[in-house]
Amino acid sequence: MSVLVYAENWGGAFKKSSFEAVGYAAQVAKSKGTETIAVCLGNANGDELAQHGADKTIVVAGVESFNAQQYAAIISEVANGVGADVIVMSGSNNGKNLAPALSVHFEAALMTNVVALPSSVEPLTVRRGVFSSKGFAEFSSNSSKTVISITPNAIGLLGEPVSGSTESSSANAEADMEVSNVEKASGKIPLPEAELVISAGRGLKGPENWTMVEDLAELLGAGTACSKPVSDIGWRPHSEHVGQTGIQINPNLYIAIGISGAIQHLAGVNGSKTIVVINIDPEAPFFKAADYGIVGDAFEVVPKLTEAIKAFKANS
Amino acid sequence: MNILVCISHVPDTTSKINFTDNNTAFDTNGIQFVINPYDEFGLTKALMLKEANGGSVTVLNVGPASTEPTIRKALAIGADNAIRVNAEATDAFYVASQIAAIAKQNNYDLIICGQESIDYNGGQVAGMVAALCGMPFVNVCIGLDVDGSNATILREIDGGKEELKAALPVVVGGKKGLVEEKDLRIPNMRGIMMARQKPLQVVEPVDAEKRTAAVSYEKPAAKAAVRMVDKDNVAELVELLHNEAKAI
Repeated sequence: MSVLVYAENWGGAFKKSSFEAVGYAAQVAKSKGTETIAVCLGNANGDELAQHGADKTIVVAGVESFNAQQYAAIISEVANGVGADVIVMSGSNNGKNLAPALSVHFEAALMTNVVALPSSVEPLTVRRGVFSSKGFAEFSSNSSKTVISITPNAIGLLGEPVSGSTESSSANAEADMEVSNVEKASGKIPLPEAELVISAGRGLKGPENWTMVEDLAELLGAGTACSKPVSDIGWRPHSEHVGQTGIQINPNLYIAIGISGAIQHLAGVNGSKTIVVINIDPEAPFFKAADYGIVGDAFEVVPKLTEAIKAFKANS
Repeated sequence: MNILVCISHVPDTTSKINFTDNNTAFDTNGIQFVINPYDEFGLTKALMLKEANGGSVTVLNVGPASTEPTIRKALAIGADNAIRVNAEATDAFYVASQIAAIAKQNNYDLIICGQESIDYNGGQVAGMVAALCGMPFVNVCIGLDVDGSNATILREIDGGKEELKAALPVVVGGKKGLVEEKDLRIPNMRGIMMARQKPLQVVEPVDAEKRTAAVSYEKPAAKAAVRMVDKDNVAELVELLHNEAKAI
């Protein structure tokens, strides 16, 4: 009973989240003593996936843009065709649309928000983030088949190169909706994938003061985020709001500037490996959740930090 | 339009989370329960659509009797009637099967759920309902307009937004953006009074599989105390981030 991994591609290009899913699948396949088969929809290169552990890649042609029910039907059919009893995928935005539909088409149990390799294979038991990152739960599958959707950036790249082959297939399911427009925020690093994130809140006093945040982010190749209040009053776009009812992120580094650290904000950023808090108020609750902290005026500290990082980069 | 709004009964966003029974259950002691914040956007959206197009808004919850205050709040906000499926909402497929069973008995033009619930963060039920009912599904939904029997739906995609067109009925999993935070409807005195008269029908669950089970819970490991750095010595922070945290 092989492990199938759905490797998402964007016009033929893979992102880290796709490789993360393949590596995870390869580890699960190893513990089951079986092979790892990847499936891609649209034109993609299976060799890249072999680098992360895919013994075989099935490329399904004839599919245009993402459609939940269509992709679910196609992937489910591929899975049944190769005798897979586990499908691994990434919880990207498309993944959030695909996973529940796929589990129904595939007649499988569904585990989403998975943050670790299975603790047991029989029954398949995995750790999921729950209560908006305030807790973890071990969930077991009661079904003979399971779909596992992993939280992007929470697990890392676990795959090792194998010699893989590629096979072609074609789609025979129809889309039930039509894409009428796509708008891309150009040049911005999508937060769910960002390994470094610079975030700021009301302490910056106004939208015109964000330049130093954007400069620091650009210097570090980081994504930019914000707290809920500044997104609600329109200083920053909704897409930057991280928190319990915004985006939940798992970067390696999260720098929070002028954010007090309400429980709801923490719920969005608890998954960060390292948290740095810069705040003028020494009593700001965020310091209790931080790894490193600086008490000071953001307008003085952030430019100094930017200079210090420039100096560090120049010397390394 | 007949709109079904699915709501979850969840701990409020400020709740301190603890586990009990040897870490096999969520400790509900002292917890305030509310309508799942993601569902609130769907409820307001449904009311706006009903006001523009006529019809009715039904709220549905799968839960034991303890969820009724939350259901009444949705009625107070403006839903016309409510259904409670008398069962514990422990597994997403089980819950989705209950909702699908009710959907199949009624002709809803639109089924609106939240993208996920803030307790289990599963994001599973809405999409499962859509697949079980054979309806188009859009999750992470930040916009919805209806024109006759067609919908224009906006969803978040990695790095942007995508607009889709579909024929009703559809299922969406909504979030902030579906309506603006400032436009969320809240119960007023009149709404609360009227909610008492509105029908809250309790039905027994249909047989359905529970495909997953929570085995144990755990809180995140406590962090070590914060390491403070002097504001006049930010170079020290950079050095710590590089050498100690290995973050840059």
